[in-house]
Amino acid sequence: MGVMERFRTGSAAGGGAAVRVSEFLTFKLGGEEYGIDILKVQEIRGYEAVTRIANAPAFIKGVVNLRGVIVPIVDLRVKFELGEARYDAFTVVIILNVAGRVVGAVVDSVSDVLELDEKQIKPAPEFNSLLDAGYITGLGTVESGEGERLLILVDIEQLMSSPAMGLLDTGAR
Amino acid sequence: MGEISNAGLQQDDFDLTQFYAVFFEEARENLANMESMLLDIDIARPTDEELNAIFRVAHSIKGGAATFGFGDVATLTHELETLLDRLRRHELSLRRGMVDLLLEAGDVVKAQLARYQGSTDQSPPTDVLIGRIRQMAAGQEAAAEPTQGARCLEVRIGPLKDGSAADGLVELFRDIPDLGTIEALDLGQFSAEGVRRFKVMTRSPDSELLELFSFHVAREQVQIADSGAAATAPQAGVAAQDPLAGARPAAPESDGYGFFVDPKTLPAQAAAAQPAAVEGDPARRSDARAKPAAGGLESTTLRVSVEKVDQLINLVGELVITQAMLTQQAKDLDAVKFSSLLGGITDLERSSRHLQETVMSIRMTPMSFVFNRFPRLIRDLAAKLGKELDLKMVGEATELDKGLIEKIIDPLTHLVRNSADHGIETPEKRLAAGKPAHGTITLSAAHQGGSILIQVSDDGQGLRRERIVHKARERGLPVRDDMTDPEVWALIWEPGFSTADEISDVSGRGVGMDVVRKNIAALNGTVELDSAEGYGTRVTVRLPLTLAIMDGMSIGVGGETYILPLSSVVESFQVTAGMVQTVGATGRVVKVREEFMPVIALDDVFRVPRQDGDRAPEIMMILEAEGKRVAALVHELLGQHQVVVKNLETNYRRVPDISGATILGDGRVALIVDTASLVKRARH
Repeated sequence: MGVMERFRTGSAAGGGAAVRVSEFLTFKLGGEEYGIDILKVQEIRGYEAVTRIANAPAFIKGVVNLRGVIVPIVDLRVKFELGEARYDAFTVVIILNVAGRVVGAVVDSVSDVLELDEKQIKPAPEFNSLLDAGYITGLGTVESGEGERLLILVDIEQLMSSPAMGLLDTGAR
Repeated sequence: MGEISNAGLQQDDFDLTQFYAVFFEEARENLANMESMLLDIDIARPTDEELNAIFRVAHSIKGGAATFGFGDVATLTHELETLLDRLRRHELSLRRGMVDLLLEAGDVVKAQLARYQGSTDQSPPTDVLIGRIRQMAAGQEAAAEPTQGARCLEVRIGPLKDGSAADGLVELFRDIPDLGTIEALDLGQFSAEGVRRFKVMTRSPDSELLELFSFHVAREQVQIADSGAAATAPQAGVAAQDPLAGARPAAPESDGYGFFVDPKTLPAQAAAAQPAAVEGDPARRSDARAKPAAGGLESTTLRVSVEKVDQLINLVGELVITQAMLTQQAKDLDAVKFSSLLGGITDLERSSRHLQETVMSIRMTPMSFVFNRFPRLIRDLAAKLGKELDLKMVGEATELDKGLIEKIIDPLTHLVRNSADHGIETPEKRLAAGKPAHGTITLSAAHQGGSILIQVSDDGQGLRRERIVHKARERGLPVRDDMTDPEVWALIWEPGFSTADEISDVSGRGVGMDVVRKNIAALNGTVELDSAEGYGTRVTVRLPLTLAIMDGMSIGVGGETYILPLSSVVESFQVTAGMVQTVGATGRVVKVREEFMPVIALDDVFRVPRQDGDRAPEIMMILEAEGKRVAALVHELLGQHQVVVKNLETNYRRVPDISGATILGDGRVALIVDTASLVKRARH
């Protein structure tokens, strides 16, 4: 499902068996860490000069000019009601290429790009999360110093194209 | 993809399938050229150039088809080539029957190619056609209807009060060659129930016979059955043969302009692979056309993919924006110290504007691309309907964005068919009304402001108010006796008019004026009807020119910047006390000279957040859209400049009252106001 796959002969996997590896961009939102398919990410930008769109829901901040392309910006912090959303020099916007469109999503902070192989990804159990379980594709674990980072892997394309995000025309007029 | 013969494709391990697309594209163009040329050709005096050009079309398609192993196409085009070769060498002289045959053959080749492209499974049968081509090439007059393929039918007409109505049918067969033969089985006498019986031999499909017969008798009175087959119950008999005809109301011709016809009854456009070979009164060729022979277009054009052009447009757009930014930044520089830099920036501005205009114009395609299919359509319709139709085309050079061109074809076709079918009267009726026997349908296109205006008008019988009012009442639509004519015409757009909610069409295209309007609205356009009973009807379609560089006026609304299309700004002035008066509970109006106009405050419409210390808006802008005016209250007039219109819906969705966005000199996005929707909103 859009995850970049590279095959390597992993010695860890034993005897030349191919291991699938995927790359994820990780970011923080509301105290939790998420990972999305790196191929859906076009770029990372600061937050500036957003033109408000009248009568749009509060979490759609408006549109920006991205080198001549008009891109809508969604603030996920507002969408998921994660407390006060600040807009300053450190505010970060992930510009995504999903469903044939370019859209931007404001998050708390962006971390890094990680490779996860099959073994590091487990199916997600039922748990209370911001997101509808339908959008979560799994849980990833990564060694980090002495501990482990837990990443909630999200199908960002489905999430951004869902009617709840209000980015796509529903077709009704 | 359908079954494609791979014979010949895998020669030398060379995969030819990669060249398919180019071949199909070229063949399509070639066939279109050939059709145009055939329609334009002067049968009495064809020029060598024209004959050669048509020959080359057949020759090149044959070559490609043979290379790719499309056997049936190659065979058919080979026969065409033979005929055309004899023509161009003057061994044969051109006759009308040949032109018809060539047009027919062109359609068949199109259908054959469509099969290879996977859009249909059926390949049209060509044996008969090839036979006729060979006969023509051999110098014999091809039989108008070959004896094989003709059907023998028994036709019953009745119950009739007056048997002579059925005699009209005999005249039909006499006047329309190629229709077939008819013989009265009842010696001109009525049967007991008032039914007349005829034996008919014809190659035409039932739907066509019914259409023709309906000029003389009502459809329900016609029953067509295969000779020898037991006559079945009237409706079922007709319906079984031709489901399209069953539900048609009594007097289709006098029914208001085709708007109320059950769409299932309209003959399927694409059903038959071959057009009927009916030869009626010829459609006169358009006087207004000025097309040179298409064969001359050979090497002065380039075939480029649309994506490349779009990419080019985007890059140029970015360039212009960067240049605007540079201009802005340079404003504050010392003019003396940086004189050459500033001079360079001015030159840059000029060049990039020029570049942008040129690049934008690449996507613009002349309307002739759309109009070109209509001579053929009119010709076929005239023949089928037994009417004399003249087609005039005006402003075919008017350009329209390529994206819109494709989408306007269906609605326009429907409008033209309506004019031909229901607008223009039969020659007899026209003469009786003191009009010339031939009816004229005019297609015109022109730029107006930031839009393109396309009109389909005819000098036919016009819309009949009484009928429309009557139908509207029948369908339970709100009708008042004091409605103005335009209000009555507007009823036609109501969904209630075009039959049940589910509009499904045999050929997959929407039918009915309601759908025409929807299609045009989907292009952000509008459509209007105008008519005078007895004189004619005119339909006006207005489409915005997308990808336009628009002249805009930027206005400040509570700290935000919006753009108004300059073409809709009539005037502006400062509001003084007492100018604006309240009406009713919430309405406000302003009097400008002698006219009262509704006032709308844009900071309300766009919910601009208020801040302390904000002053009330004091500048009134008079805006006009679609003939109506409204007064908009804004805070500031910022300036006038050209803006590049960007589509919001590319990455977002449609926003009410906003028609697009643009990027200002400082890089910010500004929204462009949709004045038409503002006007609508204010006037409710």
